[in-house]
Amino acid sequence: MTEIAVDFPKNFKKALGDGQLRRNLRAAMDTLGLRRRTLFSDPELFEQLRARGDAIRQRALRQLPELLERLEQKCTENGIQVHWAETPADANAVFLEIIQRHHATRVIKGKSMVSEEVHLNHFLHERGIEALETDLGEYIIQLEHETPSHIIVPAIHKNRDQIAKLFHEKIPNTPYTEVVEELNAIARQVLREKFFAGEIGVSGVNFAVAETGTLCLVENEGNGRMCTTAPPVHIAIMGIEKVVERLEDVPPLLRLLTGSATGQLITTYFNMISSPRKPGEKDGPKEVHLILLDNGRSKIWADPELRHTLKCIRCGTCLNHCPVYTRLGGHAYGYVYPGPIGSILTPQIEGLKNAGAMATASTFCGACEEVCPVKIPITDILRRLRTESYDKDETPNSVKEHGYKSNATENMTWKGWAFSNATPWINAVSAKLLGLVGPQLPKLPAVGIVKQWSQSRALPSFATKSLHVLAKEKGIADE
Amino acid sequence: MPTRPEKVYFFGTCLIDLCYPQAGMAGIELLQRQGIQVVYPQSQSCCGQPAYNSGFPDEARKVARQQLKAFAKDYPIIIPSGSCGGMLKHHYPKLFADQPEAAEARRFADRVFEWSEFLVKALDLKLEDRGPPTKVTWHSSCSALREMKVIEYAKSLLRQLQNVELIELQRERECCGFGGSFSVKQADISSAMVADKVADIEQTGAAAVLSGDYGCLMHIGGALKHRNSPIPAKHVAEFLLERTQ
Repeated sequence: MTEIAVDFPKNFKKALGDGQLRRNLRAAMDTLGLRRRTLFSDPELFEQLRARGDAIRQRALRQLPELLERLEQKCTENGIQVHWAETPADANAVFLEIIQRHHATRVIKGKSMVSEEVHLNHFLHERGIEALETDLGEYIIQLEHETPSHIIVPAIHKNRDQIAKLFHEKIPNTPYTEVVEELNAIARQVLREKFFAGEIGVSGVNFAVAETGTLCLVENEGNGRMCTTAPPVHIAIMGIEKVVERLEDVPPLLRLLTGSATGQLITTYFNMISSPRKPGEKDGPKEVHLILLDNGRSKIWADPELRHTLKCIRCGTCLNHCPVYTRLGGHAYGYVYPGPIGSILTPQIEGLKNAGAMATASTFCGACEEVCPVKIPITDILRRLRTESYDKDETPNSVKEHGYKSNATENMTWKGWAFSNATPWINAVSAKLLGLVGPQLPKLPAVGIVKQWSQSRALPSFATKSLHVLAKEKGIADE
Repeated sequence: MPTRPEKVYFFGTCLIDLCYPQAGMAGIELLQRQGIQVVYPQSQSCCGQPAYNSGFPDEARKVARQQLKAFAKDYPIIIPSGSCGGMLKHHYPKLFADQPEAAEARRFADRVFEWSEFLVKALDLKLEDRGPPTKVTWHSSCSALREMKVIEYAKSLLRQLQNVELIELQRERECCGFGGSFSVKQADISSAMVADKVADIEQTGAAAVLSGDYGCLMHIGGALKHRNSPIPAKHVAEFLLERTQ
């Protein structure tokens, strides 16, 4: 991912000040949330279903190394060529080698967050290769030279009017229209031609089945099917965690994925890719490649608590229900994966120094965990990342750049706080002192956290008599 | 949950202890009125959550250990906060998982009950409203809602009050943006969240906003006061006592 440190405070301020963005996001998140609630209307059934989803993902992760080997073996038997990539650079090198071997310059892409993770478009562009996004949302943001602001609905930060204007300005000979069907038709016309001209098709993978060597692809527009069948070569890329053990694991996960993401019982298209074109078949790619990307996932896998991060099926519902994401949108987070899942995944991949601040952008309200279809303990992992940010002790499973935030001031503050709160007489004296200075507090110059608090909230005042004192005075038993 | 125990512990929480002791006294008084003997250990302090959530589990554990000591007897521990209650009930077992006190922390957690839940489930509290007609609205703290799952108890008590109309917020399930250190570390986001919460409260036309958590109340009340709103933010214990005296 990016090497540049993200300026979170600046990004957050900018996003919060963008009224149009906040209205767009709020409306979109409300709609997605409502659709999800409508589909999972029975809480008990949802709990049963997600317990199953959780169990499937945990079983897959428990045997991850074996399942990946089995997947490779089955895919190879099926004629799919498997490539292992430890880093984004390794993955991009595989892409480039295949593309160059076919003397190709035109790549068409279905939606893939892992391809965003390795910054494939940028990598190819620098080498004179056009990578065209064919998912409507991805196409929109590519026209705007933006990155996805959401992992499922990448252009969710834009409303219809903004898209109408963009099409009119960026697509030659396009009259201005705000009619959704007409906008769809415009994109469809452009993309159709590109599908036929595409030499290499790229896609992501939602689930890879180890038992059968099948790559499952969930989509709504048919562009995924076009990208994986029209060009002579198809390259799929997935994070190593996306493997499941058996074919029968797919239906419950699919139900959870589409229901959580968009409130759909099933998507319009569900592709199961099991081989390249076989002799005698009239269509399908002649070559299918699968790139298995690690990029820090093995390290995450090694820790029993952090491993839960890898259960994620990328439904994006944690973003939709997050009060912080709803107010910021994805771009403010500065990395590929935003929102609650991004805030636990990104610091583990990128390191805490640059991305650790993401773990502080949460109130621990738990709205994400309440809806997570595979029960990822998001707040526990966020808390772990906060702890690791200060913890300098090296353990085999320490998160990259742990202890980066460790500083004498905070260490001393918390030590003092702990000493006072663990020593009853000191606690009593400090309560009394606070009661004395309390009424003066608002008169003091506002600095530091007091200033931060005071920007929108009146300061509380300390009581002259604490509850300890009142309880004693009222004769409440102390035993 | 034990039915009508003779004695209970009261865990005041540090925020109520230092800033809002009247809410703690109201909580105690309503328990006493039911004939329950309330014990308030003077050696209690904070649940440890501020350090725990800020990345300082060792310091949190040190403070938590003090609470294990202060509430050592086998009485139920009643706490007027979903957030601090969640810390005691759901996080102490994790905090002490690999410590000598692991079993003690689990037993301690089993004895913890949020105040409104205890009033309804253990005491089957019946209230008689003696106040004039009024409208109030309710803020669900995230931990009371999702961790302790006790919102319905407090609301059922409010619904017993004949002259009180409870008007629900449009986004009752949305966080107010407090989040402890979040409110100052991410002050801009926190401010945006509480501004929306305050607007939601104001559109109800309620005379007061109630909640079972002083973390949220300090935040929401502070935001209301900052914009000179006359709407007070009050703990449900204070309100119930006022109405039934």
